[in-house]
Amino acid sequence: MRLMKVILTLAFVLVVGIGMGASAEKEIICASTTSTDNSGLFGYILPIFEKKTGIKVKVVAVGTGAAIEIGKRGDADVVFVHAKELELKAVKEGYFVNRHEVMYNDFVIIGPPADPAKIKGTKSAVDAFRKISETGSPFVSRGDNSGTNTKELEIWKKAGIDPKGQKWYLEAGQGMEKTQRIANEKRAYTLTDRGTWLATKDKDKLEMLILLEGDPILFNQYGVMAVNPEKQKHVKYKEAMEFVNWLISPEGQRTIASFKDKFGNQLFIPNAK
Amino acid sequence: MDAIIEGFGKAFFLILHLDPELLSIILLSLKVSGTALIVATTLGLPLGALTALKHFPGRGFIISVLNTSMGLPPVVVGLFLYLLLSRSGPLGFMALLYTTLAMIVAQSILAFPFVAALSHSAIIKIDPLIKKASLTLGATSLQVTTAIVREARYGIMAAIIAALGRVMAEVGAILIVGGNIAGFTRVMTTTIALETDKGNFALALALGIILLMISFVINMALYFIQKKGALQT
Repeated sequence: MRLMKVILTLAFVLVVGIGMGASAEKEIICASTTSTDNSGLFGYILPIFEKKTGIKVKVVAVGTGAAIEIGKRGDADVVFVHAKELELKAVKEGYFVNRHEVMYNDFVIIGPPADPAKIKGTKSAVDAFRKISETGSPFVSRGDNSGTNTKELEIWKKAGIDPKGQKWYLEAGQGMEKTQRIANEKRAYTLTDRGTWLATKDKDKLEMLILLEGDPILFNQYGVMAVNPEKQKHVKYKEAMEFVNWLISPEGQRTIASFKDKFGNQLFIPNAK
Repeated sequence: MDAIIEGFGKAFFLILHLDPELLSIILLSLKVSGTALIVATTLGLPLGALTALKHFPGRGFIISVLNTSMGLPPVVVGLFLYLLLSRSGPLGFMALLYTTLAMIVAQSILAFPFVAALSHSAIIKIDPLIKKASLTLGATSLQVTTAIVREARYGIMAAIIAALGRVMAEVGAILIVGGNIAGFTRVMTTTIALETDKGNFALALALGIILLMISFVINMALYFIQKKGALQT
């Protein structure tokens, strides 16, 4: 019965410990994307916001598709993602209110320096994708319904190509950084966001180059929106709106602009209207 | 190879300079997995004993379900719990999603079949002579059960250790129901997954090494409790 005693003592200690963990401070849950969180942006701006307002923002970082879904189900108070079409659709369906554009960065097409599809010098991402398809050069897709994946599929659609099932088209089903590493291993092309590329290319020793950039279609807009309190009665709408309003305020915008990665690159350009 | 060597180096560095953030992550891991293990043992051990000692209709079915449940994919348990606990789900009013309690529930579900099924097989292996001898000595049925469970304690301990291994290493379920929120629901395994995603391989590996060391210390402690128990009888 010694064992029972040990177990019961442990149980007591743990239960008491859990009780002490709870606190009554103001907090909201923000469903966002791995790209925003992994870049360190939240780690930089949230303490500043918390200090000003006393609101603690808990970030659940998933893919854009999942983040919107979590918001629709009422499991978050605010959603901060980058898939304009999906966001506008969800707002129209009544799940979210007060959507605002916050900032952007851009997508770039990266690939092996040998550039087997000869896309370097091409101005249009759509043309580049056509060349990749025509030459059957390997292309790694996120394949995970993320904002980046959505953008990529939009370009394929514009090019009139259905890449699914082609033997040169690999769906990774992973985050951006892992997808880049897979593309690197496979000597393949992929679509990535500039922030992730800048933050990881040296660390991951990627033998890849930016082969196409600057096409307006590669614009990556981030938006924030509050969960509709009429759909989900329990959400902390007031606090969520404080967060939204701060993000688009001159102060919030300046804070975003001042966030730099450890190499000194500015990763997000604020553009709230 | 570089990242592996760097990982080991980093592990020792992290242990030497144990910063408060890492410490709180480690403590939360222990709290979640420890509590889940206690819950699973409290519920699983009686069920294991019951199915080993009593014959009743549906017993074979329960045993098969328990054995199958040992193979439950954590991600599926996590997803199922998420849908239950979600604000749009049947238990949404409890506001449990993205809390440590939700993580404990998830790990309890994962550990429970291990405790129940493995203690079942530990108890069923006990020599039936013990039962006969106890009855001859005039034991009540509760005393008989206690005697048999006591006799099986070695195997029961093994069941608890297996369940502990399951929950300490688990990431799929707690990632979904906990949300891996920094400072609130971030534990060792979800941190390892996150750092791997971020490409911080050495750090992720270092955290993995620390996690293994913690498991090792716990298992040593359990081993000594087990040995002490064996010496006493």
